[in-house]
Amino acid sequence: MDGAGQSSLLELEGVACERGGRLLFTQVSFTLGAGDALVLTGPNGVGKSSLLRLIAGLLDPFRGTVALNAHVALANEDVSLDRDMPLARALDFWASIDGGKVFPALDALGITHLASIPVRMLSTGQRKRAVLARTIASNAPLWLLDEPGNGLDTQALPLLESAIAKHRAGGGAVIVATHQSLEIPGTKSLVLARPFQHGEI
Amino acid sequence: MLFTLIRRDVALWLGGGAWLPLAFFLLVAMLYPFGVGPDGALLARTGGGIIWIAALLAALLPIDRLIAPDRDAGVIDQLSIRGVSEEGVASAKLIAHWLSFGPLLMIAAVPAAALLRLSGDTLARLELGLLIGTPGLAALGVLVASLTAGLRRSGALAGLLMLPLAIPLLIFGAGSLAPVPGSALKLLAATSLFLVAIAPFAAGAALRVRD
Repeated sequence: MDGAGQSSLLELEGVACERGGRLLFTQVSFTLGAGDALVLTGPNGVGKSSLLRLIAGLLDPFRGTVALNAHVALANEDVSLDRDMPLARALDFWASIDGGKVFPALDALGITHLASIPVRMLSTGQRKRAVLARTIASNAPLWLLDEPGNGLDTQALPLLESAIAKHRAGGGAVIVATHQSLEIPGTKSLVLARPFQHGEI
Repeated sequence: MLFTLIRRDVALWLGGGAWLPLAFFLLVAMLYPFGVGPDGALLARTGGGIIWIAALLAALLPIDRLIAPDRDAGVIDQLSIRGVSEEGVASAKLIAHWLSFGPLLMIAAVPAAALLRLSGDTLARLELGLLIGTPGLAALGVLVASLTAGLRRSGALAGLLMLPLAIPLLIFGAGSLAPVPGSALKLLAATSLFLVAIAPFAAGAALRVRD
């Protein structure tokens, strides 16, 4: 817990999550500072996505505290881009709120050529790239990525990995919930487990 | 921020389905004389009420596209992460929804009044009533859309919920067109103001419930 306080972006203390009357996980505690990366694993349905939503403030913890000292960007399975708008304009809606730039983000994921294509015409993998581009353009210090590699092809995975590396080098932190083996050096790992077994770092 | 949200909603609305409520409204005004016959006096006496019912149904029409698509696509979650309150989202939706049908309805009321043989004086009062009453209809629409957004078959349920709640607006709106309107217009304004005032909070509370 050294370096906690001012420098930590996120601090979870004894967090438990309840969904629909069921305890998903209990006793999750960790601290994330600038440049940190945490890989979140665990069986399907254990609550990885719920933990990310909980950190983003979309769910309240059943027990414990979540201390968030930074803006977050959540990239989950929801595309959240207007289907009928060209990709660049749909992304610009979010970037204008966040104060970020769309085209460097499109470039980072190799989808600059899709800028004028309506979102509804994009393939699954292209949409995933678009969601990641929204995350990059968000300027948020803490990224919450829910299965970011899903649907990405072999060219896109290195782009994702280098985007994460660049984000961390710039003082950002990232939490990745994934079943894929992404190349993210120096990560902490958290295996979520069903209740009454302790989640551990 | 509010402006950004409203601009997005208006842009989406211009992108598709913009004329649907308007066409619906005019269609009702056109069909009614076919139904009751060309008796000018009868049309003039009942036409105002029909216009109010048509306005109510036109406001109800886009209700299933108001909140549910944004909720399902995670847009409201993403806004919430960015610190936009659910009440703020509901307020923006209310204003954008009114912009999408209120002014158009007031324009369409002119030809509709001609079809229904309303006098110029009645038309003036109708326009004033619509100006005062349509924000209340928009507020009801956003409120009901927020309540039903997560449900299956929400379209029919939204109608069942909204139409009874709109009765005061209908009574005072149509009442303001009567030969002796009394204080119907003031009551219409009070009802409309009440709905506009509570809708962002009630809709915001409904949006905050996540499954």
